[in-house]
Parts: sequence; structure tokens; C-alpha cells
Amino acid sequence: MIKFKINDKEVQARSGWTVLETARQYGIEIPTLCFHESVASSGACRLCMVELREENWSKLVASCIYPVSEGINVYTETERVQNVRRWIFEMLLSECPSSKEVKEMAKKYGVFKTRFPVQNPNESCMLCGLCTRVCEEVVGLSAIATLDRGVHKKVGAPFLRPTEVCVACGCCVTICPTNAMRSRIDSVRSNTKMQLAKAA
Amino acid sequence: MPKENVAIKSENWRLNSHKDLNDLQKDIIESRDPNRLEVVVCHGTGCIANGSPKVSSAIRESLLGAGINVKLMPGIKTTGCHGFCSRGPLVIVRPHGFFYQRVTPKDAEEIVKKTLMEKQPVERLLYKNPKTGKTILTEKEIPFYSLQERIVLHNIGKVDPTDIKDSIASGGYQALAKALCSMSPEQVVKEVEKSGLRGRGGAGFPTGRKWRSALKAIEKKGYPAYVVVNGDEGDPGAFMDRTIMEGDPHAVLEGLIIGAYAIGAKQGYLYVRAEYPLAIKHLEIAMEQAREYGLLGENILNTGFSFDARINRGAGAFVCGESTALFTSIEGKAGNPRPKYVRSVEEGLWGKPTVLNNVETWANIPLVIEKGADWYSKIGVPKSTGTKVFSLVGKVNNVGLVEVPMGIPLVKIIEDIGGGVIGGENFKAVQTGGPSGGCIPYSLKDTPVDFDSLTKVGSMMGSGGMIVMDKHDCVVDIGRYFLRFLEEESCGKCIPCRLGLIRMRKILDGFSSGTGTKQDIDDLISLSQALQDGALCALGSSAPNPILTTLKYFNNEYLSHIENHKCPAGVCKELITYSINADKCTGCRSCARQCPKQCISGDKKKPHVINTENCIRCGICMETCKFEAVIVS
Repeated sequence: MIKFKINDKEVQARSGWTVLETARQYGIEIPTLCFHESVASSGACRLCMVELREENWSKLVASCIYPVSEGINVYTETERVQNVRRWIFEMLLSECPSSKEVKEMAKKYGVFKTRFPVQNPNESCMLCGLCTRVCEEVVGLSAIATLDRGVHKKVGAPFLRPTEVCVACGCCVTICPTNAMRSRIDSVRSNTKMQLAKAA
Repeated sequence: MPKENVAIKSENWRLNSHKDLNDLQKDIIESRDPNRLEVVVCHGTGCIANGSPKVSSAIRESLLGAGINVKLMPGIKTTGCHGFCSRGPLVIVRPHGFFYQRVTPKDAEEIVKKTLMEKQPVERLLYKNPKTGKTILTEKEIPFYSLQERIVLHNIGKVDPTDIKDSIASGGYQALAKALCSMSPEQVVKEVEKSGLRGRGGAGFPTGRKWRSALKAIEKKGYPAYVVVNGDEGDPGAFMDRTIMEGDPHAVLEGLIIGAYAIGAKQGYLYVRAEYPLAIKHLEIAMEQAREYGLLGENILNTGFSFDARINRGAGAFVCGESTALFTSIEGKAGNPRPKYVRSVEEGLWGKPTVLNNVETWANIPLVIEKGADWYSKIGVPKSTGTKVFSLVGKVNNVGLVEVPMGIPLVKIIEDIGGGVIGGENFKAVQTGGPSGGCIPYSLKDTPVDFDSLTKVGSMMGSGGMIVMDKHDCVVDIGRYFLRFLEEESCGKCIPCRLGLIRMRKILDGFSSGTGTKQDIDDLISLSQALQDGALCALGSSAPNPILTTLKYFNNEYLSHIENHKCPAGVCKELITYSINADKCTGCRSCARQCPKQCISGDKKKPHVINTENCIRCGICMETCKFEAVIVS
């Protein structure tokens, strides 16, 4: 067993555990959006940042991927952590304003409104990548992936064209933390035979 | 594989021992006449764009046409970048060493006639020191070169990068032979550790320590292990690595093979961005030739050590210069960075122990091994040893590539080597380290250029870009430029970087259009902090550096944008107005003719007036006016 401290409280973890797993084991709340037990963590949403403190230095790490080690001092509610969290929530409120889940979680952490203009009021996807990871790791198909990069990044089938690779299992819809995939799945799934029959 | 430059394939080329290499070197040197005339034409990418291939073919033609009656036909050699890019295309005539600058194909005949036949310099092509007005004959006497310490670049501009014999003649692969034949891998690692060499890619991690932890990781996890060259140089205005790969590919290769020997890797990768076609071509030729000479591939120099490498071309993403993104890119996936809580020396390429170093770092390795760590660590300052290659660009007279010992004052690079700012004034700021670095103001001009001192003033060494700015550069505009660049280049995986950069840029947009508030500055600082703490990789976490340093050193300029709605540098279009100084205007009408909105009125020989309502502030009138009558305020 590995012993370390979260918020000055002694905790124990098995080797190979992450800080987030340990914290949840002890009922210490750390918000996450891109984390799910059934797929590998990617550390993309950065909401789970925690501060590691030693005597003369401190740094922020993503708790969902940071492996525990003996004697570390983890703090989950420091000023720096809250600063990162607050900005992420504010940016998400303007970027995917139609997501109820994001709104509620932001409220819980004290962010009620955003200073940024809303881009698209119907957007609810925040590109956490859970859908693509579940399609690759659990379903084993990789029918969808993230396309493009930076601010142009989006989720979809290759070239944003419907694909026959998709078996319409619905895993991506189930795992989506903001229900964004529900409206997108139709643009992914395609059945050429059916379409041909229709056309004929 | 390009074949045209490759010598005839024959088993006889293979070198089987250190002695073979020495013999070959001796043979090559002896077979050459030291008094043979040689015309060296710079064929770096910059000079090629400036027309140097035309120059070299014009010289060749006039040589054939001149019917020279000397015993030995002068040779024409094309080399990598000489570094003095603002004076290109460059031609040097050896053995005299006459240095000709800004040569055009028309000058070829005169060079052949005067220099090659009569052995006299062509006066008008020589470099004139702008400060003293004196004409300078040879390369060595030009301050731009004489103040540098070129050790990594020592071969560039002297050897033909497409000919391994040229490299071997000037001492190439001696370090490899020394390492393989008379040193154990442990000794090699120790030597690199002792040299104090730090990674030239940006962060400045000690190379020896990296290799040592790779060895430890290999002990734990076993082979395979990999060595990788990071040639994905993407900083705007930086071309150090390109020049090294183009001009001396064998040095990079030699360093890589030594590194592979040190950690026992069998396979290496050179990740070079596809925008560097010449670098890729020269590296390919170099590898092909090295294989033929038994310096790469199976059983190198008959020592039983086998190692091979291949080139991977990057598809143009800036983020792929980040180590983990580079690995995912080589693995064939989208170039997204991975969280680095397990270091890449332990879990790198395909999850195996990997040593990744920058091009320049690899090119330093042969020097460390051949001349020894003691020699190397004497150059530079104690915690930053050796030299650093900088690409000096921006508003400076001598734009080009410079190599200086670490710890040299910033002002010395800009004023003495760079020849100062165009127009003769003091520089306003210097951006070091590319988009992730910071702006150093003139007041800190004596900052020693080494890893730790640059970090202390809020900037960083980065890969070695050095952009000089003068009073016509607006810090808000510079910040916008870099943020826009990074915003486009962010991979988009983590939220702080994907959404934060565009938000930061929009705040700056507000400043430059006069709608910013003081609250915005506080927001900017707080958001920058969130990015530094929260972003997944160094692209996002270092992106606020230019903003934070300019906020620190040029706070007044920000305030002037916010409070007075004025851009002191006269750059932010929405905050400036163009007008005409009636005393200076001669009424020539040339600005009025050029104005795209036709908003300049006035009769001939009478002062003109700009109608500010229609003016789109394109600045064409200011560029057109020969009398400096157009003013911006």
C-alpha cells in the first residue's frame, strides 16, 4: 500500500492507482468531465487538476492520470486549482451553452455565468473525446474520431461523411457526459445497401 | 532515394576500422591541391530563394566560356547556409577567401575574369562595414563572423553537404570512430554528462542526465530502445535546425549514432518537417552515403555495433515538435501530446525507452566526444556550457544565423554581430524562444544569454529564435500575432489551450480596437495563470509568456491602448490616423495616385490632405511618400 496525503488527510492507495481514484475512494470530490472508468484516461478536460506541494515547490497535475507515490501532498481546493477550474467552466459555458450537465457542475463550483459571448447556443459538445475513446477501446471500431485541430476540432466520422464502420451500438451516446452525441449519431451511421434500396 | 550524388556502389568503400577512416581522410586531403581555386556558392534555402543556383550556373558558364589557361580548372562548390542571410547570395573564392555578397548572375563574368584569372578582388561586391565605411576582403574580418564562435556550424559553408568525402576530410565521423573503437557506452554517457551539455530544443534539460535515465529505464524494461532527432522546427522566424540539417547532415547523423551506441539502441528516427525538403534530401543522401561507407547499418566500422535510422516527415503541425506529440505522430496517429507524468525516456516511442534530442543537441555530441568534455565545458558559462546557434531576425541590420558562446550579453549579439537596429536607434525589445518565449526590453540589454538568466527575466532560450523589434512594433500586436499562431497550432485536446488561447487573443483584439478595459488586463493575467497551470503540454503552458512579459515590461503601452485609445507604435489600425505634414509635403501627388480609397486630395505642388473618414489606414501613402510628409498618430 502507498501512503500519502490528500488535503492533509492520510490516505492509502494500491500501487498503480491514480490520485483521482484514491480521492474518490475516500469520498473527496474532484470534478471531471472527460473521465470514465471504462476507458483510458486522457487528461483532456483539466477539471481534475490538483496541486502537489512540497516544501519549496508546488505544481498542478491532472489527478485522473497522475500515478500515486509515497508521501506526496495533494491539495484539491487551492487557489491555483480553483483558478484553472473557474476559467474552464466559464469557457465551457460560452462554448457549449446548451449542456445542462456543464451548467449544473459549474454552478456547484460557484460559476453561474460567463464573461465570454456565447458562440453557438445549441452546442453541447465540449470535445472531451470520451465517445472516440469508447469507440476505439471498448467497441474496437474507431468509427469516429476527432478531426482537425485547435479551435476547429470536432468529433465525427472520417471526412465528416457517414460511415459503414459504425454499427450503431450507441456506446458513444451512452458515455457522452453532455448528451451531445445523441444528436450526432445520425450523421455518423450509414448503410449503403439501405440507401441504394431507397434510391431505387 | 536520390541517387545522382551517390558514388558508385562498391564493397570497397566500406570502412572497417578507425585506421581505415584516418587513411581515407588522409587520402582525400592529399588528393586535393590546397592551391586549387574554388568558388564556394551558398546554397542555403535563403540564398536559393535569392537566386544562388542561377549565380552558380552563371559562374560555371563563364568559366567554360573564358577558356582559362591554368593547369587546374577551378571548382565550384555549393554549400549550406553561411549565415549572413541578409547579404545573400554569397560567394567565397578560396584559397584567397574573397567574400562577395549580393552576387547576381550578371556578376559572374567579372568574378571569373578578375578573381579567378587575375586573382584580384571585385571591389564592388565586397562587404563594406557600414560603421567604418571600410571595405573588407575576407570572411574572417567581417565583424558578423569574427565575433562569433562557430563550432557547431564549423563545417557549414565549407563542406558540400551532399558529399561524405568532404565531411570526412574535415574530420567528420572521427568522434564516432573514437566512441565505437576506444570508448565503452558508459564512458560516452559519462563524457556527455561531464560536458554539461543541455538540450537545445527549448527546456534545456541536461542531455547526459537524459541518457542516464534512459539507461536506467532500459535496465528496468529491457530493449528495444530508440533514439530520435527532433527536426520539427516550427517557431516563426527560426531556422537553426534547418541550416544544420541542410549544411552538415553528417554531424547530426554522427551524433545520433553515438547516442544510439551509448544507450544500445538499434533503430533511430529523424523527424523532420515536410516543409524542409532540402534538409530531408540532404539527410537522405547523407544516410545513403554513410551506409555505403559502413558508418551506418550493420556492423558499423566492424565493431559489431549495428544501428540504422530512418526519416519521418512531419505533416506541418507545430505541436508535433512537442516530444510526446512527435512520438504519436511517428506511431502513425494524430499528433496529440500525451500527459507526461511518466517521462518519455521511460515510455517514449511505442511505450519503449526513448532518447529524443533536438537537431542542434545531436550536432553537439560529436564535438563533446572528439574534443572531450573538458574542452567543451570551458566554452560558455558554468551552468550553460557550449555555444548556441541563434537565428537573428526582425528589425536588425545583419539578419542571419549566428553562433555564440552561452552567457554572452544580449546587446552584444544585436549591436555588434547583428549590426544594430535598422535606422540606428536602440532596439525596443527582443523576443527570444519563439511564440513561447518572452520579450526582453532594452533596459535588460545586458542580460547574459544562457538558459537560467533568460528564464529569470521571464523569457526562455527556446530553440534559438531571436526577433528584434524597434519602436515601430506594437507589443499588443506582437502578442496577437503569437497567440493567433498558437491558437491555430494548438492540437485542441485540452480545454485550457483550445479555448483559452482564442479568449486571450480576443481580449488583445479588444485592446487593439480600443474597446479594452482595465478589467481585461486582470482577466488576461488570471487566464494566463490558468493556462500555465492547467494546459496539458508546453505549447499551452508557455503560450502566455509573451503576454506576461510585455505586460510586465511595457505596461504603459497597454494602458495607452486602453485609456487613451492610442497605439504609440502606430500599428493598431483602429487607433491611428494618418495625416500629412504640410511643411514637408511637396504636392507631388504620388500618394494620391496610390491611395486605394482615393481619399487624398490636393492640387499639384500644394500640400495634400487625407480625408480620415474614408481612410482605411493601409499605410500605402506613408510607404509611397519620399519626403516623410505622411505622419501617423
